[in-house]
Amino acid sequence: MTIANQPSDFERGDRLQPTGWMRYLSFSLDHKVIGIQYLICGFIFYLIGGTLASAIRIELTSPISDFMARDVYNQVLTLHGTIMIFLWIVPVVNGAFGNYLIPFYVGARDMAFPRLNAVAFWLIPPAGLMLISSYFITGAAESGWTAYPPLSINTPAAGQIIWILSVLLLGGSSIFGGINFIATILKLRRPGLKLMQLPMYCWAMLGTSILVVLSTPVLAGTLILLSFDIVAHTGFFNPVLGGNVVVYQHLFWFYSHPAVYIMVLPAFGLVSEILPVHSRKPLFGYTTMVYSIMAIVILGFVVWAHHMFTSGTPPWMRLFFTIATSFIAVPTGIKFFNWVATLWGGRISLNAAVLFSCGFIVNFVLGGITGVALAQVPFDVHVHDTYFVVAHFHYIVYGGSVFVIFSSIYHWYPKFTGRMLNEQLGRIHFFLTFIGFNLCFAPQHWLGLNGMPRRVAEYDPQFALINQISSVGALLMALSTIPFIWNTIQSAFNGQIAGDNPWEALTPEWLTSSPPPVENWRGQAPLVTAPYGYGARKKEEEDAESTDTNNQGN
Amino acid sequence: MTTLVPIEENSAIESNKEEEHGDYRMFGLAAFLVADGMTFAGFFAAYLTFKAVNPLFPDAIYELELPLPTLNTILLLVSSATFHKAGQAIRNNESKNCQRWLILTAFLGLAFLGSQMFEYFSLPFGLTDNLYASTFYALTGFHGLHVTLGTIMILIVWWQSRSPGGRITSQNHFPLEAAELYWHFVDGIWVILFIILYLL
Repeated sequence: MTIANQPSDFERGDRLQPTGWMRYLSFSLDHKVIGIQYLICGFIFYLIGGTLASAIRIELTSPISDFMARDVYNQVLTLHGTIMIFLWIVPVVNGAFGNYLIPFYVGARDMAFPRLNAVAFWLIPPAGLMLISSYFITGAAESGWTAYPPLSINTPAAGQIIWILSVLLLGGSSIFGGINFIATILKLRRPGLKLMQLPMYCWAMLGTSILVVLSTPVLAGTLILLSFDIVAHTGFFNPVLGGNVVVYQHLFWFYSHPAVYIMVLPAFGLVSEILPVHSRKPLFGYTTMVYSIMAIVILGFVVWAHHMFTSGTPPWMRLFFTIATSFIAVPTGIKFFNWVATLWGGRISLNAAVLFSCGFIVNFVLGGITGVALAQVPFDVHVHDTYFVVAHFHYIVYGGSVFVIFSSIYHWYPKFTGRMLNEQLGRIHFFLTFIGFNLCFAPQHWLGLNGMPRRVAEYDPQFALINQISSVGALLMALSTIPFIWNTIQSAFNGQIAGDNPWEALTPEWLTSSPPPVENWRGQAPLVTAPYGYGARKKEEEDAESTDTNNQGN
Repeated sequence: MTTLVPIEENSAIESNKEEEHGDYRMFGLAAFLVADGMTFAGFFAAYLTFKAVNPLFPDAIYELELPLPTLNTILLLVSSATFHKAGQAIRNNESKNCQRWLILTAFLGLAFLGSQMFEYFSLPFGLTDNLYASTFYALTGFHGLHVTLGTIMILIVWWQSRSPGGRITSQNHFPLEAAELYWHFVDGIWVILFIILYLL
């Protein structure tokens, strides 16, 4: 059976679906609309999660719990973690940019399973609303985003069960998305396009989707068992009833360590798209980039227990997981040097997109170094469950993934809307975010090394000053979203008209109008076999010149 | 891994102007079954770890009766064969035969569920008695849920195949193939479950 994809089909489809802004509220099957839906929905949750983060930092400006009650603090930090991970970063780096860009990159009119795609998106808003409303109705979950038993069994059950249901819905959404990306990248490539000619983001999404499909179901199964413990009083993870809490930790981290790569591998891919365009150079080391992504995918499955060095893990296991984790630094380092080499000697235009990408490189190296440190058992035992881990984690997911999300929005906004963002506001946004971020999280390394435990509302008064500095940084980060929001809203109406390809990029999504038509290209999809062929034209000219001089010589 | 399309063929497509792509629903289903299999893998890993590191009190150890689960295994394996027969029949355009094999498969699925129910009621332990009992019910229950869904699918496919020229024809029978792949998957999981839970 074949599915005809003639333009006329799309025109017929057009009439059935709402047009204009209403289509963003509809069950649209267009991958571009779904991508924007993911992005805007994710950003709304980012604002909610950010408000919760601000509340946490306000609470921590003083050593006593004065701004919030202790149980409210626990609920707020649980919601903050869950929202930021499951409703902002994972859906946006995968769902938003993946849906928008992957069909362009493989030369297709849409994803392999458009209807499944729409279902995957529409699972997210109800899950998010359920999670947030649980705070107002029953009290939200209090056991952190890890929901470790026995804490998650002993805290109020209603909030915890709603948390589990919501994460299960989001996990389902992720799995559907992952299946769709794998099918699209492997099966829907335009005839003539080889795998090794694909833009790097395709490889990153292929690797990420493999992680999603293989690891998310394990979390789902674990949470189902946990919900039995809470509702039916079975004893899987309850030591009082003969259960084993460490099994939960193993199963949880079997998903949640790959989840870090689910959040950061697509970011790697996006940076690899942005840097060559703005430095006018081919991506350095394409093949090594591909192999390092796949190496991270494989290693990502065998490092989970480095989160559990203090959980009575036997020495042989600690040794194995230390070595495996340290190995991950190798492919990651290769990618880092490749980005630097891509920038090296390029004609770099230092616009907001590049600034955020460079900010990502700096932050990610810092987060990576603390990551290697944390992989070493003696050090980890010292700083486990302290603010050092909080700092490391935020350097990876905020300094890494969120910086890349902003970079990507500055880069692809002209493609989404046909208008440019205001460059001046973009730079203000970058410097506020970069300074605020480092001011907020760099001091937390010191707090952790000196023994301030995480996830508590009250702390030793000696840490007050550093916490206040950190809170000032958080305030700057909160302020930084104001120019960003103003910029994106007013540029949508009044921004300078971008033209089809304002960055003179070579990747396929720019070889159509901005914003693109429903069928992505009028006529045949272009065959782009060298997505990073910057400088190739110059070389041809040089060759032409040299032949000219040769001719003259003759 | 790379697909190489000769230039001539490529230009032929361009001149043809009509773009078509194949049907990748089976590929999507296979990817989903890999994911589903990982859920079971997680459960099996949990069960085996519990068994290895959480000793039970002597009074909580039961010797499971083998005849009934062995019968269940045979029922499911035979049902896989009958479903395969149904697929063969529809490919040979023998609609009546296909319907007969489908209804037999559904019957075997229901027989499995009935026999599983009977086993549940005859067991001396309940869901919350101890860790072993909980894991036993979680594993068999989650698998039973899959069998239930599979049986419903078979009945739907059977209903669809009754209208001639409908969704199930000798050329076009995706629902039947999808249900068949899913059913083989569920049977395969049962074999692993039977070995781990009853024989080990």
